Amino acid sequence: MIHLVATGFAWACLAGGAFFLVVGAVGLLRFPDFFTRMHGAGITDTLGVGLTLVGFCFLAGCSMTTLKLLIILVFLWFTNPVATHALAKAALRDGQVPVTADEEEREGGGSSES
Amino acid sequence: MLPVITVAILVTMLLCLARAVLGPTVYDRILAINLFGSATVVIIAALGFLDGRPHWLDIALVYALINFVSTIAVLKFMENGGMGAGRRDRDAQGEP
Repeated sequence: MIHLVATGFAWACLAGGAFFLVVGAVGLLRFPDFFTRMHGAGITDTLGVGLTLVGFCFLAGCSMTTLKLLIILVFLWFTNPVATHALAKAALRDGQVPVTADEEEREGGGSSES
Repeated sequence: MLPVITVAILVTMLLCLARAVLGPTVYDRILAINLFGSATVVIIAALGFLDGRPHWLDIALVYALINFVSTIAVLKFMENGGMGAGRRDRDAQGEP
């Protein structure tokens, strides 16, 4: 019974993880500028990878494998925000300007009129 | 289910590679390659489970470490124009 419940949780987490992995990557490909693309990358980095690894934890049961998976998960949770923060700071100091809602609307309106 | 998630990770990696090739700025490319590395960590774990050999997780852990260090190293290179003392350090010492 417990095993069945754990397997069900594992499949649910893996399905959610697969969904968020692909959604974040599509956002990375389709968003208009660098800082919005960072949002899509964040989805994949946290929810996609996190849910997938938690699903593998449920699949592995109580063993050394689960411990290793949790170590990887905690490590990714600490390093990904640091890397993203450094990336955003480097891009801002290099002169990248975030696109705002007004510009987006103006560009969209201009292209539809022309 | 395991093959499904493996294919999902492969699709993610393909989209990341597309952004890394297309990316107009170098920061887009760094972001895409960082994400590609994270997807690699997950796919190593998934392949281990698919193969029934979860011992590959050690390799995944090492890959996560390398991915983080390489991203920070490339960013430091981009920001300072070199791997030595940063531009800010040189400015603080009064050099032109």
